[in-house]
Amino acid sequence: MATILGRELPDTVDGYGEVTPFKGACREGGVKTRKAVKLTSVNPHEQKVLDNLEQVFDKLNLKDGMTISFHHHLRNGDYVLNMVVDGLAKRGLKDLTVAASSIFPIHEPLVTHIENGVVTGLVANYISGPVAEAISKGKLKKPAIMQTHGGRARAIESGDLQIDVAFIAAPTADNYGNINGVYGDAACGTLGYAMADAEYADKTVAITDHLVPFPACPIQISQVFVDYVVQVESIGDAKGIVSGTTKITKDPVALIIAKRAAEVIKASGLVKDGMSFQTGAGGTSLAVAAELKDIMQREGVVGSFAAGGVTGYLVEMLEEGLFKTLFDVQCFDLKAISSFRNNSTHQAMSASMYGNPHTKGAVVNCLDIMILGATEIDTEFNVNVTTSSSGMIMGGSGGHSDTAAGAKLSIVVTNLMKARLPIIKDKVTTITTPGESIDVVVTERGIAVNPRRTDLIEKLRQANVPLLTIEELKIIAEKITGVPKTVQTLEKIVAVVEYRDGSVIDVVRQVY
Amino acid sequence: MRITKVAKAGTLESNDILIMVMSSKSDRVELELESIVLQQFGDVIERVILHKVQEMGVEGITIKAQDKGALDYTIGARVETAIKRAI
Amino acid sequence: MEKLRRSMLFMPGNNPSMLQDAAILGADSIILDLEDAVSLTEKDSARILVREALKTIDFSQVELVVRVNPMDTEFGPLDVDMIARVKPDTLLIPKANEEQIKIVDTMLDKIEAEEGYLAGSIKIIALIETALGLENVYNVIQASNRIVGVLLGGEDLTSDLGIERTKEGEEIFYARNKVATACRALKVDSIDTPFTDTNDFEGLAKDTAKAKSLGLTGKSAINPRQIEIIHSVFSPTEAELKHALKVLEVMQQAEKEGKGVCSLEGKMIDAPVINRARNTVALGRSLGLLER
Repeated sequence: MATILGRELPDTVDGYGEVTPFKGACREGGVKTRKAVKLTSVNPHEQKVLDNLEQVFDKLNLKDGMTISFHHHLRNGDYVLNMVVDGLAKRGLKDLTVAASSIFPIHEPLVTHIENGVVTGLVANYISGPVAEAISKGKLKKPAIMQTHGGRARAIESGDLQIDVAFIAAPTADNYGNINGVYGDAACGTLGYAMADAEYADKTVAITDHLVPFPACPIQISQVFVDYVVQVESIGDAKGIVSGTTKITKDPVALIIAKRAAEVIKASGLVKDGMSFQTGAGGTSLAVAAELKDIMQREGVVGSFAAGGVTGYLVEMLEEGLFKTLFDVQCFDLKAISSFRNNSTHQAMSASMYGNPHTKGAVVNCLDIMILGATEIDTEFNVNVTTSSSGMIMGGSGGHSDTAAGAKLSIVVTNLMKARLPIIKDKVTTITTPGESIDVVVTERGIAVNPRRTDLIEKLRQANVPLLTIEELKIIAEKITGVPKTVQTLEKIVAVVEYRDGSVIDVVRQVY
Repeated sequence: MRITKVAKAGTLESNDILIMVMSSKSDRVELELESIVLQQFGDVIERVILHKVQEMGVEGITIKAQDKGALDYTIGARVETAIKRAI
Repeated sequence: MEKLRRSMLFMPGNNPSMLQDAAILGADSIILDLEDAVSLTEKDSARILVREALKTIDFSQVELVVRVNPMDTEFGPLDVDMIARVKPDTLLIPKANEEQIKIVDTMLDKIEAEEGYLAGSIKIIALIETALGLENVYNVIQASNRIVGVLLGGEDLTSDLGIERTKEGEEIFYARNKVATACRALKVDSIDTPFTDTNDFEGLAKDTAKAKSLGLTGKSAINPRQIEIIHSVFSPTEAELKHALKVLEVMQQAEKEGKGVCSLEGKMIDAPVINRARNTVALGRSLGLLER
């Protein structure tokens, strides 16, 4: 069957199950249920602290085929996922599903476990590095399930994603399982991607390298959700967790793109008191934030909130009074961590509060302006951030589909070509975010507005912002680079791309 | 026309192509091509290189090309430079 | 309508990834550099790359200038011969003196005839960066009808003079003055030397304003991020435009009423004032700052 976007999908996929095809953004709402959680109560005088991981594994009664989960707040400095999976492999466990909110190059040891059948399933919102390559080459037994940040929270809360054990890397934990991310050598700030896991997993284990006397303060994940606590030597490498500071790009083309994006934002009429804004952590995205900051300062605008993955740049905007508060689902640098620790207007949000479409209202619903990236865009404005144009998995939605769906104005900022490859194609290799959620594409050679947004086209025309159609942009690119040949893939489905509501928007096939 | 020396032109920087040419014993033109966009543009790149060689009337040449996403005009320019350096 | 020449951006000629984006960086003129930005062993490579780029890339939105090597090197004449045949808008001649300009002018006459181009269509900008060139700038400009401007090369000039080059620029005060005056006398553009600290935007603004106040008509840039500030200095402000329009309005009114002279805000409006107002309005129109 085909989705409404024209992608051919099989009715079922081996290792995944029945395919519910994507029917449109925000179509599958209505009455939802959160799953009931079974737990083992803890009586007074019972201890939670165990001596080592082996004891934890003993107590957990782990079996083949279980699903274990991890959060990615330690990013490319994470030791915990490898530590746990290595330990389980040594005990001869097989057929495990790893539900990690994101996978980074540091998780390379997972490739061996995938090849040996220890891990046969993977659920993640973002996959990069050797693991991504291995999956693209067909090494994982079951197709990987790629979700969005909001969609993963939805899946966990609804019971679609059943977690047997959540292993929570805890920068700080006390002996009763209270966890925070703001203190310790592996401090990472907020723990937005760990909240749903802790609450809904059958068993939750806090793995920490910084065990503090009870009670920990602040408490970001409560003791009532944690079964066991174990201390290890180190949960992660600080250098891989956060960058010193994230800097705005100096690349002149990126700066031009940022300027043009700012023109669009200004003309949209959304820059006014009470506005809200979110942008990515990449160089161009931050440059847009810098342009917006200029406009807001010049016009004396005070926004209501800025959200995201938070960088020091957004913190500066908060401290300069340009926004009343920040909503933070993950901290990207030291400045963000310290701001979260010290400033009460820098607020945490869980992945569910951030983007789960099946709650009584996620933060993305309240978002005015969203700045996004893209590996590919097609003439229907569908965006690919999951695979490169050679078909290799190199990312995933993260919060892309969630924010695009919720924001009043979703702007993709991108170079028109990257190393001879045009970004705009007739059909993207993989659809991550549907075109209906994308309003504007800004490149260094022109701006295209989604034809659905006649209101926006009118506003931009009145502000004399020059517009092209997306087809015209594609032709400009192809005139410079030539028309690329479509890359062939094999038949085998190596990943299923789920939209935030759990429907399937596309699949990824094995590369040659 | 035959070249007499080994020569190279271009760089491994983004959007450039490193071309190395040397004389081959046969009369043919042999091309070894590596490219970051091989699947999408391999055919085109090969055509551009061979066309330039033919245009310059060169025979008996082995070309090693390492492409980092160079546009056609860059490819042609680097091939021409390498050959002229090799005469 | 002649293209504007407020900013001229230097770009290395041997760098393909920069060539691709040169035309959209916002500068009025792009100078593809075959001289200082290219090492001796790569002169041939750069020359061929620039030739191919000129044949392929759409530079119609900017003035496309190529800085060739000096005519007294082995590279200079080869540059002119190869590049002129693909019709750049302008050649920038370094270490310019009367003799060099005459040599290039003659070469271009020949090449234009051979290629069937309109005689005189390829222009020249003289890069004044030696003491001799500076002292003789009036004659250098007159050495060829193709000369449309002079670019002042502060770094090489101060080196030739054996003095220090500073941010404040006192040491090039005479040079700026002399170049601006000679160019004005012969009705060609005068382009200021680049500001080399690419992270100091306040300093850039000051330096550019200084150049403008001395009568220079534009400034060269060595980094795209400098372009915006250069343009803002060389563009009329809203106040300046308002004033200029008022001057023309008063003048037209006076003509209607048959009055010979007129005044605005207590000052007499005479020919120079009207001229300046006309130039300002024309510039404003071409920059899209005024309607119509």
